[in-house]
Parts: sequence; C-alpha cells; structure tokens
Amino acid sequence: MATVLLQPEFARRNTAGQRLVEVDADTCQALIERMDERFPGFADAIATGVAVAIDGQIYPDPLQQDLRPDSEVCFLPALEGG
Amino acid sequence: MGRYPAGSPGWRDKVTGQANYGADFSLPGMITGRVLRSPHAHARIVSIDTTEAGKLAGVRAVVTAADFPDLPSEVVAGGESPVNYRYISCNAIARDKVLYEGHAVAAVAAISAGVAEQALKLIRVEYEVLPHVIDVRDAMRDDAPLLHDNLYTEGVDPKPTKPSNIAKRTEFLLGDPAAGFAESEIILERSYTTQPVHQGYIEPHACVASVAADGMTTVWSSSQGQFMVREFCAKLLKIADSDIRVLPAEIGGGFGGKTTVYLEPLAIALSRKSGRPVKMVMSREEVFKASGPTSGGVLQVKLGARRDGTLVAAECELAYQAGAFPGSPAIPGCMTAFACYDIPNARTVGYDVVSNRPKCAAYRAPGAPMAAFAVESALDELALELGMDPVELRLKNAAKEGTRALYGPKMPVIGFVETLEAARAHAHYNTPLKANQGRGIASGFWFNIGGQSSAAVHINEDGTAEVVTGNPDIGGSRASMAIMAAEVLGIDYAKVKPLIGDTASVGYCFLTGGSRVTFATGKAVVEAANDVVQQLRARAAKIWKCEVDEVIWKDGVAHPAQGQTDTRTQLSLAEIAASAARTGGPISGKASLNVGGAGPGFGTHLCDVEVDPETGRVTVLRYTVIQDVGRAIHPGYVEGQMQGGAAQGIGWALNEEYVYDDQGRLQNSGFLDYRMPVASDLPMIDAVLVEVPNPAHPFGVRGVGEVPIVPPLAAVANAVARASGVRVNDLPISPPRLLAALMK
Repeated sequence: MATVLLQPEFARRNTAGQRLVEVDADTCQALIERMDERFPGFADAIATGVAVAIDGQIYPDPLQQDLRPDSEVCFLPALEGG
Repeated sequence: MGRYPAGSPGWRDKVTGQANYGADFSLPGMITGRVLRSPHAHARIVSIDTTEAGKLAGVRAVVTAADFPDLPSEVVAGGESPVNYRYISCNAIARDKVLYEGHAVAAVAAISAGVAEQALKLIRVEYEVLPHVIDVRDAMRDDAPLLHDNLYTEGVDPKPTKPSNIAKRTEFLLGDPAAGFAESEIILERSYTTQPVHQGYIEPHACVASVAADGMTTVWSSSQGQFMVREFCAKLLKIADSDIRVLPAEIGGGFGGKTTVYLEPLAIALSRKSGRPVKMVMSREEVFKASGPTSGGVLQVKLGARRDGTLVAAECELAYQAGAFPGSPAIPGCMTAFACYDIPNARTVGYDVVSNRPKCAAYRAPGAPMAAFAVESALDELALELGMDPVELRLKNAAKEGTRALYGPKMPVIGFVETLEAARAHAHYNTPLKANQGRGIASGFWFNIGGQSSAAVHINEDGTAEVVTGNPDIGGSRASMAIMAAEVLGIDYAKVKPLIGDTASVGYCFLTGGSRVTFATGKAVVEAANDVVQQLRARAAKIWKCEVDEVIWKDGVAHPAQGQTDTRTQLSLAEIAASAARTGGPISGKASLNVGGAGPGFGTHLCDVEVDPETGRVTVLRYTVIQDVGRAIHPGYVEGQMQGGAAQGIGWALNEEYVYDDQGRLQNSGFLDYRMPVASDLPMIDAVLVEVPNPAHPFGVRGVGEVPIVPPLAAVANAVARASGVRVNDLPISPPRLLAALMK
C-alpha cells in the first residue's frame, strides 16, 4: 500500500481533512484514480499547479511513474524559480 | 567531466560588444514604440483620448487596453504552473485602473523616438486618483485602500465575504509545534523585515515585433524563455501559438526578472495596427518603475530548542508583497524556511499581499532569501544564547538524506552536511578577527526544478556536431550543453557547437529558471547524444556487415565488440559522418523529456565584515561561498553563479531598497540612487565546490544558480551583529540605519 501525505489546507478541502491515506496502487496514475474514487474531485484538485514527490523525488509529470508497495507520495505546490 | 573550456560559446562576442541583444535588432521599415505610463500610484482611468496623438505626423499606431482582449480572471495551466492571464494582460497595459506609478496606460509607434514621445504628450488621460498603499503591513489592514474589488482571500475558512488585499493564506505543518514548544528548554522569537529588491540586470527589456500581412507574427526579444514569450503573447492577444515565432536574442542578465512579458504584447499590437515592425526598449527608469522586483516581506520566527542545541519546534509567519497583482513567492518562502534542518515539529504560514507597487517577478530562489534571513538570523542568536559554535548548531540539526521536509517529502541524496563540514574546515572560518570586525555564517536551500526540455544533436559531414536547445543562455548553459554532448559522443568539446533555437526550430523547452537548464535540458542533450551514438553504431555495423551489438562506441570511435577477432578497422565519428549519405542519410538525434528528480541544493556562506562605528558603514572584508553543486559540468561558470548570487545577496543585505514619496512615487529609479554593489565594493568571493552527485542525472548535475542568493542576507547580518554588538533585523543594513542602531 502506497502512503499519500497531504498538507492540512489541501486535506481540509479535498480529503475531508485526512492527511495520511493508504492506497493500493502500482502507478501514480492508478493512485490518483483510487484517490478520486474515495474523494471525488481529487483528480481535478491536483490537475493544475501541483507537483508530486514520490519517495523523495519531485516529478512535474508523475502519471507514468511506478510505485513500490511502500512508496510515499506527497502532493505539493508546483515549483518554479528565477 | 575531464575537459572544459575557459570561455563559453558567445563570450568573445559579449566582451567585444559584438553580441546581439534585444535592442540591437533592426528590420527594414522598422518604427519605434514608446509607452505612456501612469503618474499615479492608484487611480481609476475615467477616459483615454488618443485622437490628437493619432493625428500627429509620423505616428503609425496608438494602442490602449481596448486593443487587447478583455480576458477573464481565471487560473489556468501555463508552462509548468498556474497562470492568471488577466493579471499579466492588465499588468502589460492597464484596464480600468492604474495600480502603481509607471503602470502602462497606452503605447505609440512612430517613425522616430522623438515623434513617439511627442505623441505620448498628446494622449489625454482623465484619472480619478484613489488612496494608495505601499507597505505590506498597511496593505493587510482592514481599512486599507483596496486594489481589486473582486479579490477575496483564498485559503481561509469560511470563505470571506469582503474583498481584501490579502490574496492568499498558505500553511504548511509538520508534527505538533505546540507540543514541541512545550518541551523546549529555550524559545527564541524575533521579527524581521526585508525590502523589495530589483534583479538589476544590465540589459533593459527590449524586443522587436513584426506582424506580416497574413497575420504571421515574429518576435525577437531578450527573455528567459522564447516559448514563454510565445505562450503569453498568444494568450494575451488570442493568437494561435503556431502563428507566433519567437527568436531569442542574447540576454544581458535576467535572474528571474525576464520570466514574463511587458513590451512584447504591446509591440505586437502596435505592429499589427501599423503594418510595420516595431522596436520597443525600456529605459532604466522604466525598468525600475514598471518591471518586477522580488517581494519585500514581514516575517516572524519562533524557535524552540533543548539546551544541547537540538531544535524541537519552529514556526515562521511571513507576509510577502506581491505588488499590484497576486503572485508573491510566499509559498516557496514557507516551503524553504526550515528546509535546511531536521525539525520534528514545524509550521509556516504565508500571506500573499497586493499593494501599489509594480507586480513582483521571480528573482533567484524566489521567496527563499527573505525566509532564510529570518531563520538564519534567529539561529545565530540561538547559538549565542546557547554558547554554541554556529556551525556546530547547524550540523547538529542539519537535514540529511531521509529527513522529512516540512513541505512533505523526505530529502533525497543531499550535501548540506558536507557544506557545513567544509565551512568548519576552511581557513576562512579559523582566521582571527580584529576590533570592529565580525564573522557571520548562514546556510540556504533551494529545491531546483526539472520540467520540459527538448534537444537535438546534428552530426555534420566533417564529424563536428551541433547541439540545439531551446533555453536562453543566462549563466553559461551553452558551454555545459556542448560539454555534455562532447562527453557522450566522445569527441573534443571544440567540435561541438551549441545553438539556441527559436520556437519553430526546436521542441518545447520550459523557460530558463529554477536552476533547471543544465539539469533538465542537459538530460535531454545527453539522451539526444545517446540517440546519435546508437545511430553511429548502426552505421558502423552496416559498413562492417555485422550486428549492432557487435559494435561498441568508445572515445568517439566505433570498435568491434570485445571478443570479435576479425580484421575490421576502427571507424571514427568523422569517417562515419563522411559516409552517411551511403549508409542511410543524415545522422541526427533528438530527445524531448519532462524531467523529474532535480537534486535539491544547499549552501553555506561565511562573511567577514568591518563596521565603522562613527558612520555605520559596513565593509565586506572576506566572503566564502560553499555549495553542494552535484557535479560541476563547467566549474568556472558554476563558480560564477556562486559569486554572482553572493554579490546580489550582499547588496540586498546592505543597501538596496525602493524609496517612495508620500504619493507612492518611486524616488530612486536609477543605479545612482538604487545602490547595487559594484566590483570595488566587494572582495574577491571565494567559491568552494562541494560535489555530492545527484543520482537522478547521468552526470550527477544539480542546479546551482539560485542557492547562492539564499544565505547572504543573514550571513551579512550575522557578521554585522557580531562585529558591532547590535543586531539589525530590518534590511537593508544601510549606514544610516546601522548608525541609528549603534547610537541607541
């Protein structure tokens, strides 16, 4: 089971306040689909301006990333820079 | 990488004045554009009458906001992050209201600059002047003048019913800060302020736009991203991307400030209306008044620790000025504030606040230097209170691989500890100081990013190669691209020519920013070069009539694979290239990627200053930048990035600020009065490259361009505090401010 970690503000709006969610998924795309089934609107909420960190690595386009059974997935604001 | 050149492609042109910047470009029939700007900090535009200006002989076009689509206010995907195109449009040319002195109101194109400027004087604008607000704390007050009637604070529950200048509240939380503070043996709480500062690029914004009779639009401009210019102009003017071609000029500095558009949409609109190519160049005064600095901020920091120096809780609240439209870097400020440290209980809260200043723009590690100034200053005080060496305090709490960051993920392979150990061992740290001298230390973090990049590698008939990418070279990236391609191909660097393609000649590249180019575009170059190597092996196999697997590529030469004992001769890249027409045609490789796995960057700075107790003047005596650079592809350019970031940070700490009069008008819109450090103000800045390779890049690359501006604000402030015994928590630590503190 992959573990999803969320910041409080995002969780309040999109996952009924749950900041830690266990999801059975072997890709990030599958994880997002499972999350959207449990929390309708989740996929839309992360569609824009959100990056994903999988096991510590940040991916701008994570959908094709594989997950390990013990992967940790964090959703965080998309990053830019100067 | 084994071999690298002292210079870079294009360096000779730059130092001899031959390089073509945005303002150097000319076309037959080209005319000149000028902008009418608001004299007021905040006013409603009652009417604009351009009739007389349009009648002036030599005037070819006049545009106002009425010539641009009235875009909806909505956040949509753009590039790598969300964009509100209405804000960008209304910043480029005011619609209904002017929100800062210098806000563009109208633009004119004429046969000469003189005629254009004369025409500007004939435009009649009736304003209803409104109360203005400059300071971020004033802008947050309930009774502050409102910039936007439809701006409601995001991120608070319940949703506000009244508009506000606070565009957004953001919070990050780890553990239980209240419990952490309850178990702390020492708690330190401090407040800080920083001023908005400009990126200070030498080259002003400049462009030429030409709209052909069939509507095809061509733009030559100095920017940090030709694809960004295309995308923004297309959206602002409702033109198809494919109908705009943007050619990047040489860029004379950007530092984040050229990641948006100001003149380009105006020039396109003027060219469309006049049927002539239009050149527009900002004056230095316009650069200061109408292009974005980074935010100033108001910050509160609270640290809780045990007596042995272990940090157990931390909080930071920050409010950043966005300028006229939402979009300050409050979020990255919150995310980076405590990223250097392993603190189990932490919270940051950020506020994005609009005020009557030019819309802020990115500036190296947006949001991080201000947060680091507060946190690293507080840590210095904590070290003094605990009687600990400031390096030891940082080492005791340093983030390492596996440390959970406040913003969520655990840190991947990082080299922060290595920078601290290098600082502790450096001769600088152990050199005695004299009276009125002090030494400051501070550290900093930046994420670095990846993102979308494309590259192509073409092999020429003589065995040389061209590398085409889509990122303007603001820090020596062309050299890095050529070095990486040469390394993969196994040929000399001198045989590889790096080029920056326009939007029609190379695949999409996100802009040059976020310290991403050598990492992400470099990864695309490596893949494109590997593509070429595969083709070269296949051509050799064809010539030798064998399987590709029987050919290996080493040092720029095809060899029979180990174990093959026949009499085949080796084939060099040049030989394969010369016979390409007979073996399948031209040899070209390409790659387009969306790159993840950017390695976070950390740096630690040492600063020695001397304070003149009679004048408050601070002299920087010695400065050392120590940074984990992953793997330096071109060490000379990496050192340059580290030195440049430090120099800009020192200016931020000691001198730079915007001075407004009581009408909200900027009083120091030039380099004489806006004091950036020059060479004679600074010692030679020593750069120590710590190399902890990023495992997510084939050569171990990390971004290096932003981290070095994060620590200097606190490094300087900590040095001043230790030299003078007086701690100044409000930047800049200019002579009058320090003298006043010394006199207390």
